Amino acid sequence: MAQSEQEILAGLAEIVNEETGLEPSEVQSDKSFTDDLDIDSLSMMTIVVNAEEKFGVRIPDDEVKNLSTVGDAVGFIAKNQA
Amino acid sequence: MSERRVVVTGLGATTPLGGTIAETWEGILAGRSGAKPLPEEWVERYELPVHFACTLAQKPEDVLTKVEIRRMDPSAQYAVIAARAAMEDAGSPEIDPLRLGVAIGTGIGGVWTLLDQWDILREKGVRRVFPLSVPMLMPNTSAGNVSLQLGARAGAHTTVSACASGAESMGTGFDMIRGGRADIVVAGGTEAAIHPLPFAGFAQMQALSTRNDDIDAASRPYDTGRDGFVMAEGAGVMVLEEYEHAKARGARIYAEFASIGMSADSHHITAPEPEGAGASRAMLEAVERAGLSNADIVHINAHATSTPVGDIAEANAIRRAFGADADAMCVSATKSMTGHLLGAAGALEGLFSVLSVHHRVAPAAINIDDPDPKIDLDVVTGDHRTLPDGDIAALNNSFGFGGHNVALVVKSV
Repeated sequence: MAQSEQEILAGLAEIVNEETGLEPSEVQSDKSFTDDLDIDSLSMMTIVVNAEEKFGVRIPDDEVKNLSTVGDAVGFIAKNQA
Repeated sequence: MSERRVVVTGLGATTPLGGTIAETWEGILAGRSGAKPLPEEWVERYELPVHFACTLAQKPEDVLTKVEIRRMDPSAQYAVIAARAAMEDAGSPEIDPLRLGVAIGTGIGGVWTLLDQWDILREKGVRRVFPLSVPMLMPNTSAGNVSLQLGARAGAHTTVSACASGAESMGTGFDMIRGGRADIVVAGGTEAAIHPLPFAGFAQMQALSTRNDDIDAASRPYDTGRDGFVMAEGAGVMVLEEYEHAKARGARIYAEFASIGMSADSHHITAPEPEGAGASRAMLEAVERAGLSNADIVHINAHATSTPVGDIAEANAIRRAFGADADAMCVSATKSMTGHLLGAAGALEGLFSVLSVHHRVAPAAINIDDPDPKIDLDVVTGDHRTLPDGDIAALNNSFGFGGHNVALVVKSV
């Protein structure tokens, strides 16, 4: 079942919090994973896999480099959720 | 130029007796056992013959953040807890990162991560394998994490010599300072191996006590009823510091770290050489390198794991090394209380030796109800014993599978 972008953002913020300890409120759509949130490629990998499980989507490795902001990831998940 | 001297200015630990070295030492002097029942379902599922171990008194989850727990193997979590506490105990010295070193030994390394991730790979596939698996399971994961935490850049080393690892790492730290590579080294050992596989392996080799009906009495070195060691976990870390450096900053000095002696048995992969030739060479080398004579050694913290064969081999080695002089050395067997911390054992017992010299007290072993007549040593039982005034020195023995023998000497300052 598709979720709203708000719900996806909240779910993603939880995943980021669990992996990095960042407050969920800091995980906003316009934030860059690397430049703003200081998330390295290893943590990004874990976040991607946890997001796949949580949202029931597949995020191919080739796609991950296009997801530079939190909003990019939310958009991708929303578009690809069945 | 005179030789650089090394002193101990900080202690930190997390052990089966307490979340700090102070609580642990209090437990040692009170004669408490750290044994606890293992409530884990795997004990029954795999029909393990041993139902208890000396697990940590304080869970790392109570001390570290959620993220730290996720990103570090338990062995590294314990090491980081002990290392931070040791540096704090040393007064959080300000030091050039290039003069600060790390040496953390482990017997088994990141075995929880290794086997948990193997389970995940088989059950869920490659996408679910944690990307930090390799840096979490590698044996140097603790040295690396402690170096990161403390900003230590003089070098971060890992000694691996089974149950002598923790003692050997302190020797590595000692050598770093003596050789001029560092002014402070955070040195110790860590182990987190109460996982079904190593547990089953030790049980299969008949190395573990199976006294399930009286677990506080299971670890009983030197008692005729001893039937194996009790597996334990935790970490012990000391801050080693160059003497002039410590003096200049007005640091509290617990004791001098005087020397390390080492040898290898080349006899059998697990059994100690029964006459103690190798172990005695390590002890004699340590005393000689410290510039001391036998008469200076008033106390020995023995390896004494509570195995039928090992305890006698060590007793023989002590006699072989010191002859009649051993009559004047009282012997503590602290594993009767802590259990056997494997790669952290020599480190934690090194801390105990430092505290013994500092407080001039030799802890009493517990559970020696019927002393083994084959052990010809002055073992401290009942009440702990006061060590003499004046200049004193103490020896700490550690031995490991593979035939590794390590002896440390600490002395009063």
